[in-house]
Amino acid sequence: MKPIESINDFVIKFANVNGSGSASANELFAKAILRMGVPVSPRNIFPSNIQGMPTWYEARVCEDGYAGRRGGVDMMVAMNPQTWDADLAEIEPGGYLFYDSTRPLPPSKFRSDVNVIAVPLTEITNAVYTDPRQRQLFKNIIYVGALSVLLDVDADVFEKLFAEQYKGKERLLESNIRALHMGRDYVKQNLKAPLGIRVKRSDQVGDKIFVDGNSAIGLGMVFGGATVAAWYPITPSTSVPEAFQKYCEKFRVDPVTRQHNFAIVQAEDELASIGMVVGAGWNGARAFTATSGPGISLMTEFIGLSYFAEIPVTIVNVQRGGPSTGMPTRTQQSDLISCAYASHGDTKHVLLFPQDPHECFEHAAAALDLADRLQAPIFVMTDLDIGMNQRLCKPFTWDDARDYDRGKVMTAEELEAGKDFGRYKDVDGDGIPWRTLPGTHPTKGSFFTRGTTRDPYARYSERGPDYIYNMERLLRKFKTAADLVPQPVLRNAPKKTSYGVIYFGSTTPAMHEALDVLEADGVHIDALRLCAFPFPESVNQFIAAHEKVFVVEQNRDAQMRSMLVNELDVNPAQLVRVLHYDGTPITARFITRAIRDIVQPAAAVPLRQKEAA
Amino acid sequence: MTYITKPRLHHPTLTANKVGYTRRDYEGRISTLCAGCGHDSISAAIIQACWELDIAPHRVAKLSGIGCSSKTPDYFLGASHGFNTVHGRMPSALTGANLANRDLLYLGVSGDGDSASIGLGQFANAMRRGVRMAYIVENNGVYGLTKGQFSATADRGSKSKKGVINSDSPIDLVGIALQLGATYVARSFSGDKEQLVPLIKGAMEHGGAAFIDIISPCVTFNNHSGSTKSYDYVREHNEAVSRIDFISSRDEITAMYAPGEVVEVQQHDGSMLRLRKLRADYDPTDRYGAMSYMQAHQARGEIVTGLLYVDPVATDLHTSLNTSDHALNAMGVAQLCPGSKALDIINRALR
Ligand SMILES: Cc1ncc(C[n+]2csc(CCOP(=O)(O)OP(=O)(O)O)c2C)c(N)n1
Ligand code: SF4
Ligand SMILES: [Mg+2]
Repeated sequence: MKPIESINDFVIKFANVNGSGSASANELFAKAILRMGVPVSPRNIFPSNIQGMPTWYEARVCEDGYAGRRGGVDMMVAMNPQTWDADLAEIEPGGYLFYDSTRPLPPSKFRSDVNVIAVPLTEITNAVYTDPRQRQLFKNIIYVGALSVLLDVDADVFEKLFAEQYKGKERLLESNIRALHMGRDYVKQNLKAPLGIRVKRSDQVGDKIFVDGNSAIGLGMVFGGATVAAWYPITPSTSVPEAFQKYCEKFRVDPVTRQHNFAIVQAEDELASIGMVVGAGWNGARAFTATSGPGISLMTEFIGLSYFAEIPVTIVNVQRGGPSTGMPTRTQQSDLISCAYASHGDTKHVLLFPQDPHECFEHAAAALDLADRLQAPIFVMTDLDIGMNQRLCKPFTWDDARDYDRGKVMTAEELEAGKDFGRYKDVDGDGIPWRTLPGTHPTKGSFFTRGTTRDPYARYSERGPDYIYNMERLLRKFKTAADLVPQPVLRNAPKKTSYGVIYFGSTTPAMHEALDVLEADGVHIDALRLCAFPFPESVNQFIAAHEKVFVVEQNRDAQMRSMLVNELDVNPAQLVRVLHYDGTPITARFITRAIRDIVQPAAAVPLRQKEAA
Repeated sequence: MTYITKPRLHHPTLTANKVGYTRRDYEGRISTLCAGCGHDSISAAIIQACWELDIAPHRVAKLSGIGCSSKTPDYFLGASHGFNTVHGRMPSALTGANLANRDLLYLGVSGDGDSASIGLGQFANAMRRGVRMAYIVENNGVYGLTKGQFSATADRGSKSKKGVINSDSPIDLVGIALQLGATYVARSFSGDKEQLVPLIKGAMEHGGAAFIDIISPCVTFNNHSGSTKSYDYVREHNEAVSRIDFISSRDEITAMYAPGEVVEVQQHDGSMLRLRKLRADYDPTDRYGAMSYMQAHQARGEIVTGLLYVDPVATDLHTSLNTSDHALNAMGVAQLCPGSKALDIINRALR
């Protein structure tokens, strides 16, 4: 058996027990590799449970910067006896198994094609620590220390990270460094290190930041000027309002009065959380809620009201596996249709599809502007994969010259000057009417907001022509939206090709890697990354310019493909489904295989030959 | 199409109040409710109360759910912004609106179906949070707008127009409001304007969650014998515990009463509620006393009305959240955005 040899390109997976404090140790490990200048993309795999259940942390170390899940495991850190067999089975031939050898295991518990690295972690830990909680926490640091020698990560990188983390807490700093070295010393004295897989200093990280999408959204909402947030806890969105709260406490507390320039309410359910943000939006505050699929289902009546009565509101949907309670701790992109057409009657809504935490930040702030500009619900559609995992991405930026776009809000002065105010009247052809905020003017500009039909002056009306006028105007507004939303990003193949691919959101890193692999194989594909719905004209043009367009998405029913067919009237035969929906993040391997199967069926005929034939 | 401009007749009694508005200025569109509907009397009482309080109409935001009762905000305070939300969810929309701008006065109008049936959860939670508002339920024991089905406040044993006897226990919104911490709780009757107007005034000026359950007969579906929400039944069983006079902070106190007859309660804004006790044993500042009094008397079939409980030093959700004294909806990029320098520091911490 030949051990896997690979520098700066491997997958290491930690099998832990939920609630054992392993999460921070694993993050420490990932950060240390980043400090070596080598990109890492970790993923948390966890059940819907608080304590005692298995959890995994799968980190892909990749100098080329591919951040998608790779698939396969080169090294397993098997800290959970419960999942031993499955964990062992997952290791690639020639891979490595790291385990706590305090208690001997029979040979039947190992594989002959896997290199075993035995470290008596419990023994080392218990010899030094007596307190059970300390034993648990420091055991984690000790295994990180052991791994650092095995994978050739410098000790000073860790020491620096500890120093940053425990600034002013000298005792904690010291004890962590001691534990780290206990692990390092054991390996140095007893084992052969480094392994065939290892880390070598590089410069591929640069000024990139390492952050999860939910934190980025919370921060984007602070920068974007959200003042009211209402929410109801649901995985995987809960850390969005939590991050918002954290950053508000940092940035939005008046230095003199200590009063808050924000209001956050944990509502009694999603009906109330959406109701609160709709009420706040109606009253002129920038407001958002964050939820996941089941919450969206509950919110739909209010979403329809917000669409029809034209009230700005931002809804963050961190998608998880559906339907129903589905796979609450797994990832999917399966709420596209339930959000795009949420609520009864003819409705359509704006969706944004950030690809990573950097865009989560941008889209959060953009959504608040769009909501005010379009006077409509705006959805930020992320998923568990982006939301709850730290990802290496471009640093956040903010232009200090940027002001908030509050849209068409008529002022007391304009009303006073006699400007005509028709709440639901299209005055300039973009479909967007003017609004007034409650309390603006003593006698002018008041109106009664309702979900029932009305004429352009907001007076109740069930007349057909009034209804049609309004519904057509809403369509015009939706067309306007297509130009205002983040535009699709085109990535052309180096050679002219009749193949195209459309993808979006968390699929992006896996897609880019797949495109590189296919390209290297001589398979040329033009790629269009969708950043929003509605689709601008460029999407139509892209599809028209290709014979076959793959639509890669993470759901069973090809929801994005349906939306493309539905909205653009394209020939469905042109759009080829590439669907991944088992709850794990899509991989480049999966996409490559799916596309290759179609482009080069069985015989693997090179594309050019086939086309010539 | 129901938009009709009201004839603006000039009546000598249309005198302007302190902020320069006549009573007419507090009216809205012409009601489309059934003639004799209790809800219209409540609208008239709201108009009267706001006029007497010298509130500039545009400083009120009126929100409602869905139902005949929830339509009424269109029929008063035409110069205020109104929001007819969705069925049973006015409390959440009002909560959000209130958070966005604490400078307006919030009037929530709902029905018994809207608040006790579909919207019970939102009603209860808005009370718990102490959202500053005057929350009025126009309680007729039925769903008027969907033609007379029993609502959750219908008394057990009461008879529908079609002759069906209600077998479910009623939800007592007053009891729930008391239990969940509302700081101003009253019950009244749409047919008793003298009692109702000062109760609404007190609620509008209250510093926390004020709730008034107003029995408001539905003449079309629930005004027959066998109903416990008919005009006749309520008149026969009405037991007022007090009469209040509302004295705003700007008014001089003139009337004099014998000691012991009167409880004076000063609200946070300086306004005074003067309660003439009609029951010697009733203390309106004792929450638990109010709850047990209500239960004992309701068990005897009495409808206890009046200001049942008031906490003069009420606080509200803004106090709990420590929100700025300035309206959040008026803050701009300067107050809200930390700027690029702060972002650079965050970036640095994420490397
Ligand atoms: C979600 C939803 N379900 C049902 C309805 C139908 N509906 C309209 S009003 C109403 C009942 C209103 O009763 P109440 O609040 O007591 O008002 P009232 O008409 O008696 O004043 C119902 C069930 C609705 N509008 N929305
Ligand atoms: S149906 Fe009843 S509640 Fe509705 S307007 Fe008529 S009388 Fe009033
Ligand atoms: Mg009713």
